[in-house]
Amino acid sequence: MEYLLLLYEDERKWQEATETDRAAIMEAYYTYTNSLQEAGVFKGGNALQPVATATTVRRRNRERMTTDGPFAETKEQLGGYYLIDCANLDEALDWAAKIPAAETGCVEVRPVMVFE
Amino acid sequence: MSVPKAEIEQVFRDVSGRVLAMLIARVGDFDLAEDAYQDAVATALERWPRDGVPRNPAAWLGTVATRKAIDRVRRAKTQRTHQDTVELLEEDRASGNPEDDDIPDHRLQLIFTCCHPSLSMEAQVGLTLRTLGGLTTTEIARAFLVPEPTLAQRLVRAKRKIRDAQIPYQMPSPERMPERLTAVLTTVYLIFNEGYVATSGQSLMRQDLGGEAIRLGRLLIHLMPREPEVLGLLALMLLHHARAPARTDHDGSLVLLEDQDRSLWDRSLMSEGIELVRQAATFGVPGPFQLQAAIGAIHAAAPSSADTDWPAVVALYNVLEQLRPTSVVRLNKAVAVAMAEGPDAGLALLADSRLAKSLKDYQPYYVTRAELLLRSGRPGDAAQDFERAIDLTANDIEKQHLQRRLTAARK
Repeated sequence: MEYLLLLYEDERKWQEATETDRAAIMEAYYTYTNSLQEAGVFKGGNALQPVATATTVRRRNRERMTTDGPFAETKEQLGGYYLIDCANLDEALDWAAKIPAAETGCVEVRPVMVFE
Repeated sequence: MSVPKAEIEQVFRDVSGRVLAMLIARVGDFDLAEDAYQDAVATALERWPRDGVPRNPAAWLGTVATRKAIDRVRRAKTQRTHQDTVELLEEDRASGNPEDDDIPDHRLQLIFTCCHPSLSMEAQVGLTLRTLGGLTTTEIARAFLVPEPTLAQRLVRAKRKIRDAQIPYQMPSPERMPERLTAVLTTVYLIFNEGYVATSGQSLMRQDLGGEAIRLGRLLIHLMPREPEVLGLLALMLLHHARAPARTDHDGSLVLLEDQDRSLWDRSLMSEGIELVRQAATFGVPGPFQLQAAIGAIHAAAPSSADTDWPAVVALYNVLEQLRPTSVVRLNKAVAVAMAEGPDAGLALLADSRLAKSLKDYQPYYVTRAELLLRSGRPGDAAQDFERAIDLTANDIEKQHLQRRLTAARK
C-alpha cells in the first residue's frame, strides 16, 4: 500500500528562520529522509515553493480558467498529485488543465523548491 | 550644446518600454534588467545634456544597459546561476555594433508576461504600467491611491513569482492566444476605467491614467495590427475619452450621457474611434470590445439622446449579451431598452430576480432603476433606490449628484 504524506506548516516560519535555524531544519529532514530510505519505504518527496508562487487551473464547458494564488475552497479535498518536469509554467499549466479533476474540481500548480 | 531636461525625459518615456523589453529578453531577469536600465538612464542624464541626445536613443540605452548588466553580474559573481548570463551577454556584445541597428522588439513578450493570469490583477496592472508604460512606482501609487510601499511590495512579489514559478518570457501558444489576449486587453481597459471614474475621493476623473491606457492601446495595435479586438479596445477607449470634457460641469459634478453638451465632445477622437470600429468590422469576428465600441460609435453619431438610434443600440447589446452574459451587460441593455421602448420595458428587465440578486450591492443598478422609476411616475420607489445608491457611493462628487436626484424625487 502506498501512502502520500502531506506536510502542512506556516511557511513564514521558514522565511523568518535564521541561517542556523534553517540548517537545523534541513538536517532534521535529511535525517528523516535517510531513515525512510534505509527502511526501504521511500518513494519520493519534495519541498514546495511558498504559496505565493501558486496558480490554480479549472476547466468548465471546455473553457479554461486560470487564477493567481492557491486553491482556497474547503468544499473539495486533496485527492492526488502528479509530479512533472516542464520547461516553464505555461507548459505545466497545459498539463494541469488536462487532468480530469480540472473539469470537476481544480488543480493547484506549485513549483518544487530547488536547494543548491 | 545644452538639451532641456524635459526633452530628455520625454525620450526616456518613449523608449523605456522597448529597451526594457529587450533587456529582459537578453538577461532573463526582470530585476537585473530594471537595475541595469536605471544605471543607463543615470549615465544618459550625465552625458545627454552636454553631448546631445544620440541618433538612436533606444539602441544607445540598450547598449549601455547591457554593459551595466554585465558589470552588475560580475560584481555579484558569487551567484552561480548568473554564470550563464555573463556568457550570453558577452557573446551578444561580440556580434556587431548595436548602436547602428534598431534593437529587437520584445514588447509583446513583455506584455503577455506582465498580464499572465498567474499574477493578480493588481500585479498585472502595476507591472504593465511600470515596464511598458514607463511610469515610476510613485506615479502608479498616486494614480491608484495606494501607499507607495504597498505598490512597491506588490511589484517585488510579482517579479519574484515570475522568477520562482518560471512564468515564461514568450508569446502564448496559438491555442491559448484568445484567453491570453483577453487578459491583456482587460488589464489595459481596467487602467483606462480607473482613470475614467475614480472609485473614491474628490476628483471624478484622472485623465492621466486614461491617456496612459490609450497610449498602451496604440502600442498594442502597433504590435498586433491584425487582432480586431485590439482595434475594438482602442476604439472604445477613444470614444469614451472623447466625451470626458462633457462628463462634468463647472463645479465638477457628474453629467449623465443624455444631459451632456455634445458640442464639448472631442470630434477628432470620435472620428478616430468610429474609423477603428469600421476597420475592426472588416475582419468579420465580433468581440466584446468591438461591440461596446460600436455602441459608443452610435452615441457619437447622434445629435442628442432623443435622436439616438436606440433600437440599434439594443441590437448590439443582444449580441454582446450572448458573448458576455454578465449582469453588468444586462443592466446596460435594460437602459437601452428603456430608451427604445419606454421605462417600463427597462424596469421589466431589471426585475429579473437573478439579476437583482447578483447586483444587490452594485451602485449603478440602483441609480438606473431609480431613474427609470422616476420616468415611470413612481417617485416614492425611486427615492428608496437613490438612498440605497448614496449608501453605496464613495466618490464625493457622485454622492452630491445623487443627493440632488433624491431631493427631486421627493418633491
